[in-house]
Amino acid sequence: MSGLPVPHLVTDRRVETADTVTLRLEPVGAALAEFTPGQFAMVHSFGRGEIPLSVSSVQSTGGLAHTVRAVGAVSAGLCAARVGDVLGVHGPYGTGWELERARGRDVLVVAGGIGLAPLRPLVLEALADPGGYGRISVLVGARTPGDLIARDDLARWRTAYTAVTVDRPDAHWDGDVGVVTRLLDRAPFAPERTWAFVCGPEPMIRATARDLARLGVPPHRVRVSLERNMRCATGHCGHCQLGPLLICRDGPVVGWDRAEPLLSVREL
Amino acid sequence: MTATAPPAVIDEDGLGVLVATLVAQGRTVVGPTVRDGAIVLAELTSSAALPYGWGVDLDAGRYRLVRREDRAVFAHSAGPQSWKSWLHPARERLWSADRTPEGDVTFTAAEPEAPAYAFLGVRPCDLRAIAIQDWVLTGGRHPDTGYGRRRRRALLIAAECTEPGATCFCVSTGGGPAADPGYDLALTEIVDDDGHRFLVRAGSEEGARLLDALPHRRADFVTEASARGAVDAARDRMGRALPPVDLRTLLGGSLAADRWDDVADRCLTCGNCTMVCPTCFCVTTEEVTDLTGDHTERWQRWDSCFDLDFSHLHEGPVRASPRARYRQWLTHKLSTWHDQFDSSGCVGCGRCVAWCPAGIDLTEEVAALHAESGTETRR
Ligand SMILES: Cc1cc2nc3c(=O)[nH]c(=O)nc-3n(C[C@H](O)[C@H](O)[C@H](O)COP(=O)(O)OP(=O)(O)OC[C@H]3O[C@@H](n4cnc5c(N)ncnc54)[C@H](O)[C@@H]3O)c2cc1C
Ligand code: SF4
Ligand code: SF4
Ligand code: FES
Repeated sequence: MSGLPVPHLVTDRRVETADTVTLRLEPVGAALAEFTPGQFAMVHSFGRGEIPLSVSSVQSTGGLAHTVRAVGAVSAGLCAARVGDVLGVHGPYGTGWELERARGRDVLVVAGGIGLAPLRPLVLEALADPGGYGRISVLVGARTPGDLIARDDLARWRTAYTAVTVDRPDAHWDGDVGVVTRLLDRAPFAPERTWAFVCGPEPMIRATARDLARLGVPPHRVRVSLERNMRCATGHCGHCQLGPLLICRDGPVVGWDRAEPLLSVREL
Repeated sequence: MTATAPPAVIDEDGLGVLVATLVAQGRTVVGPTVRDGAIVLAELTSSAALPYGWGVDLDAGRYRLVRREDRAVFAHSAGPQSWKSWLHPARERLWSADRTPEGDVTFTAAEPEAPAYAFLGVRPCDLRAIAIQDWVLTGGRHPDTGYGRRRRRALLIAAECTEPGATCFCVSTGGGPAADPGYDLALTEIVDDDGHRFLVRAGSEEGARLLDALPHRRADFVTEASARGAVDAARDRMGRALPPVDLRTLLGGSLAADRWDDVADRCLTCGNCTMVCPTCFCVTTEEVTDLTGDHTERWQRWDSCFDLDFSHLHEGPVRASPRARYRQWLTHKLSTWHDQFDSSGCVGCGRCVAWCPAGIDLTEEVAALHAESGTETRR
């Protein structure tokens, strides 16, 4: 066993969509070690269990935010947490986006659905350092307008380019319709001097990474965040294996150069 | 006497004193004994429980106890269990959480006192398996504290192999019937005209102290030569072998092989192979709540990559087909284990071969994959 949960108080709860909320958490006692964008925590819902959740905001105070979508018992329990509740959190686990490697280059962020949550602190980090990076673009795809998270952020961020597209529009939608990769044509980035950061469902990651490779972004500079079932986050349960990788330890963020050969094998 | 002390010899009485001494030290002695038609590992209170005069007859999907003509105790190859049942138990409480009426929550690590185990009769393959689990569970950034506690207190008494089973292939996994370092004491059993005795070597200070407490004599040349000879002969009598090729590359390059469909037709995905394997470490976790709802415990239990839920994700399991699950198991054992933990995950103990109800033989599957890869390169 490793990783005893540390109590955290829910200090804010924000409804993002019908099935997704963002919880802000402050440590009750000693804080965990600092998380970097892209890393994840194991978050415990009392009596239900614990699940991996990426950080959607990192605070130097030791506070964290997680954006969680209810898909099962534990995530639904976390979504139902109220301000004042205490949750158990341990981490940080896994690799981060390592934005600093993109210094001086164009930064391209591509998110599918709730995949925007782990990318959010990366965009904030890049924006907090004007002059540190070239052009910063954020491309977001969602199934329907109702599935969009972090809308306020998207409206507020002064990136070089921000675009949102949905698969299925509703009566009020007057934006783009179609898969997120369609937005790549318009985004202002120079492939040969770009670092791309991609998170979303696996088919979306695959399509985006392949298009970026075709446009000329070197595969190792396409950073993708992978997902597998995770029971431990410490390299001991074996659940998160993807071929040679233990995603909790060697990921979740890896370069497309490593991910591509693995994601192209059926049922690996 | 020190760990570098010369080998000694003990007889059956010495073996009895060994077990009695360990018991008197308050250790939980675990060793082989006959139960339910098999030689199993169990807690021993005296050497009388050892399987004097029993051997086994093994093959793919087959295990039979057989009577021997001598009183050998360690002349049997691996049974259905391994030491992981004690070091990395099938069920273990990780921590518990309590909630007050005010809503405060506290988390408490389950730090049960680790028993001081003495494992008697650890096969060289199992010694390597323990070393592999050590590295998997305590060698990384987040050591498994429960395993570490049990392991640190465990005394390992190896029994070198002089009679490999028909399913053994440790030599072709880079090991051998001789014990690698890592033991506290190593025994080599000899039954010949000069009687039933054990060559004993100490591998640690604690082992040396223990040997000092036993009625022993310094090893004579004949006993030493006869012990070495028996172990050397065992090396050449392995029942099976893996093809002498770079298995990491072979398996890594075989993900699209047709052979996986063939084995998937026979595999029942029962997971027996993973349960008996001494290196398989996969676990899952579950939450257990009491009636008040304010006390909850997190437990871990063995899991198997053959279980459909193992790779469960939103759209369903990642590895839905038996083909993908058998492939995951075998490629992990022999190939991706190297990437993850810098060693092979197989020590050649043959348990998965003997205890597979379908008689699937890992060595045969690897040979078939090797043949198939050869066919491809010639095309
Ligand atoms: C590194 C990492 C970071 C993650 N970050 C976030 C995040 O920031 N926000 C968020 O909402 N979710 C995130 N997830 C997914 C989240 O962990 C799962 O949704 C969660 O484990 C489901 O657990 P559950 O008990 O609620 O559902 P379960 O009761 O386990 O299952 C219900 C449903 O969830 C699916 N499911 C089970 N495990 C996973 C899994 N690991 N990933 C995806 N689906 C799963 C099942 O297929 C099923 O349909 C992340 C996953 C990983 C591996
Ligand atoms: S894979 Fe089979 S032979 Fe190899 S260590 Fe495991 S049980 Fe033994
Ligand atoms: S190989 Fe044999 S033991 Fe393993 S899952 Fe298949 S049928 Fe069961
Ligand atoms: S989540 Fe357990 S090994 Fe990665």
